[in-house]
Amino acid sequence: MSAETRPLTDMLSADAMARIDAWIAKFPADRKRAAVLSALRIAQAENDNYLSEPLMKAVADYLEIPRIAVFEVATFYTMYHLERPGRHVVSLCTNVSCMLAGSDRLLQVFREQYGIEPGETSADGRITLKEVECMAACGGAPMCEVGQQYHENLTTESLTTLLEGLD
Amino acid sequence: MIDIEIDGKKLKAEQGDMIIEVADAHDIRIPRFCYHKKLSIAANCRMCLVDVENSRKPLPACQTPVADGMVIRTASALARDAQKAVMEFLLINHPLDCPICDQGGECELQDVAMGFGRDVSRFTEGKRVVADKNIGPLIATDMTRCIQCTRCVRFGREIAGIRELGAVGRGEHMKISTFIEQSVDSEVSGNIIDLCPVGALTDKPARFKARAWEMRQTDSVSPHDCIGANLHVHSVRGKVIRVVPQENEAVNEVWLADRDRFSHHGLSGSNRLLAPMLRQDGEWRETDWETGLAAAAEGLRKVVANHGGVELGALASASCTTEEYYLLQKLMRGLGTQNIDHRLRLGDFSQQSHEPLYPELGVDLADLELLESTLLIGADLRKEQPIAALRLRKATRSGRVVSIHDRQVYDNFDLTRDIRIDTGDYLPRLASLASALLDRIRDQDGPLDVRVPDGVDQLLKDYPADDEAASAAEIIATGERKAVIVGLGALEHSSAGHIKRMAGLIARLAGASYGQFSHGGNSAGAWLAGAIPHRGPAGAEVSSNGLDAKTMLTQQQQGLLLLNTEPGKDSAWPEAARQTLEAAEFVVSLTPFADDEAFDYADVILPVGGFTETSGTYVNVNGRWQTFRGAVAPPGQARPAWKVLRVLGNLLELKGFEYVSSEEVLANVQGRLDAEGEKVRPKWQCPEELPTGGRVPDPQNIYAVDHIVRRSAVLQATSDGQDRSAAKRPNLSPFHNIMGLP
Ligand code: SF4
Ligand code: FES
Ligand code: FES
Repeated sequence: MSAETRPLTDMLSADAMARIDAWIAKFPADRKRAAVLSALRIAQAENDNYLSEPLMKAVADYLEIPRIAVFEVATFYTMYHLERPGRHVVSLCTNVSCMLAGSDRLLQVFREQYGIEPGETSADGRITLKEVECMAACGGAPMCEVGQQYHENLTTESLTTLLEGLD
Repeated sequence: MIDIEIDGKKLKAEQGDMIIEVADAHDIRIPRFCYHKKLSIAANCRMCLVDVENSRKPLPACQTPVADGMVIRTASALARDAQKAVMEFLLINHPLDCPICDQGGECELQDVAMGFGRDVSRFTEGKRVVADKNIGPLIATDMTRCIQCTRCVRFGREIAGIRELGAVGRGEHMKISTFIEQSVDSEVSGNIIDLCPVGALTDKPARFKARAWEMRQTDSVSPHDCIGANLHVHSVRGKVIRVVPQENEAVNEVWLADRDRFSHHGLSGSNRLLAPMLRQDGEWRETDWETGLAAAAEGLRKVVANHGGVELGALASASCTTEEYYLLQKLMRGLGTQNIDHRLRLGDFSQQSHEPLYPELGVDLADLELLESTLLIGADLRKEQPIAALRLRKATRSGRVVSIHDRQVYDNFDLTRDIRIDTGDYLPRLASLASALLDRIRDQDGPLDVRVPDGVDQLLKDYPADDEAASAAEIIATGERKAVIVGLGALEHSSAGHIKRMAGLIARLAGASYGQFSHGGNSAGAWLAGAIPHRGPAGAEVSSNGLDAKTMLTQQQQGLLLLNTEPGKDSAWPEAARQTLEAAEFVVSLTPFADDEAFDYADVILPVGGFTETSGTYVNVNGRWQTFRGAVAPPGQARPAWKVLRVLGNLLELKGFEYVSSEEVLANVQGRLDAEGEKVRPKWQCPEELPTGGRVPDPQNIYAVDHIVRRSAVLQATSDGQDRSAAKRPNLSPFHNIMGLP
């Protein structure tokens, strides 16, 4: 019980708390819930890039919202990670345009070269693959995002090179 | 009122009504899954698409408000096509495992698919599978069957107030789940079983026990709290399989507390008493009714003969039927004693002559949700009367609630003021609150008006208003609809009589209604039938007051008759009660259970039926008389308690025990009421001074309130039953992000 009821203030730096408080202050006092996206983002950044169970609970309690409400948000948006990811998170779009343009073949690259399915991390801890919905880059389909950088018009070859180039 | 037309019928409708509401009111069936009249509108299943003239595409009936002159077709080609298409989509990921699904036969999806589905699926791809989760002992999950209507999620968010379920994940991966490995712990969780239109959430203990069409349905009433929730008892071949709510807007709407729904398992265990038992030479022996009853009658007669009527007493639980109470008091009074009581949890009887005819809430249950300001005194609604908590939660959408309690309670609604006090401080705090109200009246109305009874000034002068009292007074004196309500915690206080009087005064000064909740399912019936030592049936005067429950249990008593109660667990004086019972010369207990504590101290034990096995009447806290029949026969030789009491009366050769049905008994009670009930009209009297200090017994666990609930293994297995429930206030779901709540 002790670990799970640790308050958020014990889990994050003073600076992170200040930034979360700044977000909370932007909304009416009884609507702290509105700050959940930012709070999760800030919390994740200080926790090896993922949201642990105690951390989500702490965020919920800090914002005075049901824990499940935080969990819903954390599982809806692909930029939140519920497990410690590899050094690089590769978000591969498999929505309609990308699918038509061959994202299936790109998925195959991950399977064959790294043995991973969406949601998994390569054995060397280098790459985590995420399957995501349309990233509004259909013009460059198929595409993926590495970190915060888009890579468009991918082929199996260009993807292979891209992945190999990640440290 | 506006005019619309649905399927060629010209109808009047209220501006703002949704198409589906108007259709429902006129018995025009529109298929639906996500819509539920008690929940906000989600409009996420699209099953209710209908054809609206001048609209380019079909519109969801649950989310489309009617407009003047609107012409709607629910079964035109366009509507049917849309409905069929939606049905096909919904079935894409549904496993279609009806033969092994408990919902089969009463499944909304099955019904609608019969009407709108295709015979053959065009979908050949793999279906998604969702791993099941154990969410506790009450609800079985089969989440692959879920169609994501979110009714269960909305129930937690809107009705229960404490969200435990959510829609986790996104798009095709979305599933209904709790947070990580949490279970569903709400005291009203079972309602999601009824809400779920498919077999994703089903009654776990009833799983695989029977098909819907095999079950016989009997109307009944819950005996566990003073709400008197209306039930349907479903049974097969003389066995109760499950209990579901019977809709009654004035009582429980469409909801049940888990205690109402799952308590019947307490009656279906192997621990039922099947034959009368007699203690002979220190050994328990099974016997027949004739011998058992004769022994009981003889024992009672002997106590009276040897010690006089004052040494004989009767104690009944607060959940017996009105008929049982009536016969019990008639029996005792016939034997020459007034010692009869059902108030095993109360500690203060000093003010009992000031009590009204029966304990009453002062406001209709249905109107709780309209209250603008409410003062709760010593009430823990969520654990004591869960259905009332749901009502008051609705009131907090715009109304304000002040709670005064001597322990931390976790409501499922927001309190505007949460006043925590020491147990001994109820009276000074209430007096100070009354002073604050008096100050307000003085400030606002100039000279005091008639609302202030004599002696109040004098009484309150030692209890000036402080800031806290002033701010609470401001809340409870504001608004049109106001109520002061005393809960079980305060009623069990050793100065409960004065607490009630002060609460009554506060209500007068605030212009609020005044009332109380009461113990068990039928305290009101007990008062009305005369199962109290100081009044007979219908409030009739008695020659002299008998002994109250506390006196009987804490001082010596030679003979005791127990009806459906184990005083060592039910009373506020467990140790003293056991000692008294063990020391008594003769104890007879009427109980359904073979593991009743009476086996430790009684001389005769007679097997009786539980609430699903007897006919009877409960009177709820609004004075609503609710009569029900037995759904199944009691097991073995057990008999309904009213019959046992009647025969005892015959054996003791008492007058007026010739009833052949419980209806006759009831008619007898009601006849008395018509004749004299009006006579009891207590006036509020100002106490001369307020006692100080005081104590309360340990509160009862929600699943330990009576002998049946205590034996429901599934309820005992819940986190509430295990006393593992939240140690801190849960974060409540706010209302401001909920649109379209009815
Ligand atoms: S579990 Fe049942 S009630 Fe809940 S979303 Fe699924 S189908 Fe609807
Ligand atoms: S579908 Fe892939 S970016 Fe739009
Ligand atoms: S019932 Fe209207 S959309 Fe579900």
